[in-house]
Amino acid sequence: MNPAFQGLITIIIGVGGCIGYFYFSNQFLDKVLFPAKGPHAGRNINRANMIRPWLFLFPAMFALGLYLGYPVIETLRLSLTDRDQGGAFVGLANYNQMFSEPKFWEALSNNMLWLIVVPAASTAFGLLAAQLTDRIKWGSAAKSLIFMPMAISFVGAAVIFKLVYDTRPADQNQIGILNAVWLRFEGGPGSFLFLQILPALLLLSFAGIVAYVGWIFVQPIAKSREKGGGAGFVPLRLLVGAGSLYLVFLSLRSVISVFTFDFPHGEPQTWLTLPFWNSFFLMIVLIWIQTGFAMVILSAALRGIPEETIEAAIVDGANPLQVFFKIKVPQIIGTIVVVWTTITITVLKVFDIVFAMTNGQWETQVLANYMFDKMFRANDWGVGSASAIIIMLLVSPILIWNVYNARKEMK
Amino acid sequence: MDNIAGSKSSLTWVVHISVVLLVALWVFPTVGLLVSSFRTTDQISSSGWWAALFRSEQSQRLRVADPGDNRIERDGVYLVEGNFFTESGGGGEITSWGTSSREIDAYAPGDVADLGDGETITVDAAANYVWSGNDEQISGRGQRVFVTAISPPEFTLANYDNILFSGGPGDNMAKAFFNTLTVTIPATVIPIVIAAFAAYALAWMDFPGRALLIAAVVGLLVVPLQLALIPLLKLHVDIGIGKGYLGAWLAHTGFGLPLAIYLLRNYMVGLPRDIIENAKVDGATDFQIFTKIILPLSFPALASFAIFQFLWTWNDLLVAKVFLIDSTGQTTVMTDQIVNLLGTRGGNWEILATAAFVSIAVPLCVFFAMQKYLVRGLLAGSVK
Repeated sequence: MNPAFQGLITIIIGVGGCIGYFYFSNQFLDKVLFPAKGPHAGRNINRANMIRPWLFLFPAMFALGLYLGYPVIETLRLSLTDRDQGGAFVGLANYNQMFSEPKFWEALSNNMLWLIVVPAASTAFGLLAAQLTDRIKWGSAAKSLIFMPMAISFVGAAVIFKLVYDTRPADQNQIGILNAVWLRFEGGPGSFLFLQILPALLLLSFAGIVAYVGWIFVQPIAKSREKGGGAGFVPLRLLVGAGSLYLVFLSLRSVISVFTFDFPHGEPQTWLTLPFWNSFFLMIVLIWIQTGFAMVILSAALRGIPEETIEAAIVDGANPLQVFFKIKVPQIIGTIVVVWTTITITVLKVFDIVFAMTNGQWETQVLANYMFDKMFRANDWGVGSASAIIIMLLVSPILIWNVYNARKEMK
Repeated sequence: MDNIAGSKSSLTWVVHISVVLLVALWVFPTVGLLVSSFRTTDQISSSGWWAALFRSEQSQRLRVADPGDNRIERDGVYLVEGNFFTESGGGGEITSWGTSSREIDAYAPGDVADLGDGETITVDAAANYVWSGNDEQISGRGQRVFVTAISPPEFTLANYDNILFSGGPGDNMAKAFFNTLTVTIPATVIPIVIAAFAAYALAWMDFPGRALLIAAVVGLLVVPLQLALIPLLKLHVDIGIGKGYLGAWLAHTGFGLPLAIYLLRNYMVGLPRDIIENAKVDGATDFQIFTKIILPLSFPALASFAIFQFLWTWNDLLVAKVFLIDSTGQTTVMTDQIVNLLGTRGGNWEILATAAFVSIAVPLCVFFAMQKYLVRGLLAGSVK
């Protein structure tokens, strides 16, 4: 049977079946089971109304339970069993095996790098784009162009960026824009400006922002000491403080290495095989896609800021930078957190980009691709499930935070 | 900040220029792919795509038409006349030419080159040539000429013809295009129907455990797809669905439901209570309220989710690879075929670029046509 025809039939059966189910089950409830007439009409109506919500909910709950609820438990079970031994319980053997594989640690550390860089860069670029396009006439056109990559598949984006990163031998014309630009740098003052000063400034500003965020988190502890009260979440605050200190250290060290590094000028580079840096070239693809998302949400948040607060600040003599960082950003910090966590979840699930561009070679492995690799190439469902559980564990703080917030909002 | 007193106009220029740069940076990679998809294999491998937008200088080795067929005799002199552009393609304007590979720019257009013993050749700027000499000289193979021409940008639709219609089984995307469509449409429509009913129940019906269910939906929003792959594939194989369209539709439905319910419920909660209560007083059943009042009013939210789910299923690779594509490869979707092409045709950018653009084109159209709803859905869908 022609699949298109089959698809059409499925739509008709699926949609018709759903609507038919809802219609007839309601009819059955009202006309047969608890008819709204006769001696017990009032009681029947009440009973019917108690059952009705479950009729409406049943298909959705069934599908959610089967396709998202059950797999969580089943994956947990599979991660403790071995398929080759007929599904025998093997305890933590799969996890032990996974932890002893260098490829897993490579994937995990790459994932951590992705988790720091991609949400930070996407949110920062998104905020920048939102702020810049906020009050110019052609802002909405600019926004829709920056937003456009959202519609492009990860695979399509991978092809787009493979062309950007393409490499030809040194004696031929470069057809990848990155190498064409790279070959323009020949060690002169221009190269010094773009390859050393600019990255150093970017790293320094990153370090500055991280230090500032860390300070915001740690500051209340010091303050509460003076007052003698508790700041709350002390371990979390200390953790964030320590983490940001480490990031500041890393970026300062990178600033030094930027200046001491000997750039191979004049040689075309195969960007996707440069160890460590190739992960960043893959991250750029996701940043390119996610910036539009961050921009759209943050732009709406910026529009929601009461005009009076900004006017008051300007009357008091604040410059545009102060207005942005001290008036606008604090008011949309909640939205920034939302954007950050949403992108974090996307990053944890990133699979297509790595699969299509490097397939985890040259030390670019990430967890989701590692899992796919274990599952379908090595056919090792135990270790595959174990790595899926690791992804789930990484997501769960965000899951709990979301549920906590949603419940708070409903009350 | 032009509406605020005391703002600086010099800053506005900085803003405009920064936005132009940012937009250019973001659009540049996609434009590269689009331009490449309209170039021939030779053009792509000989110069960067950005060169295609300008007039390009190109040197070619050509041969005068075969004397055996084209020779004419005029006043005792034998001639071969013709035009290089009409004979061997190309166009533009000849800037220099030569007859030896050591000096390919020896002559300017219109010059007459002396080939010895009265044999001459001349080429003008429009590539018309005249090769003349005696009977013996104008024979055998045609005279070799090196021409350097500046040609205007040149584009071709041949790549699209190859990918969509005439290409071999590995390149032709027509089948994958329809497969993608077959996956996408049911996988978009079915979750909407199921989710709309559930969202109505969660928004407007009172029952114990409602808050708990909403919390569960919020939690399921972020459960990674990766967790579901192995158990569900096992389940599909056990109950006989195996790998195929049905499995892919069901999987997409399950994975799309949390967002659908969340979006629709948030929207429906905001609908005015009066309308629904009035309808109830007038004796409408919940089913009637839902189909006659709630559904039409919820159109914006339905459209938002439909776009999300459409983009997500159209662009998906993972679900297709796990639940749909079997070993025969008959049900391959476009994303999967592009990944395969990346492996087998890694250097053939004209094929890759065109294939990628064919798969990108539909979501881009949907995106630009319905951006309003997409933005609205994003704003409602990000968990606050």
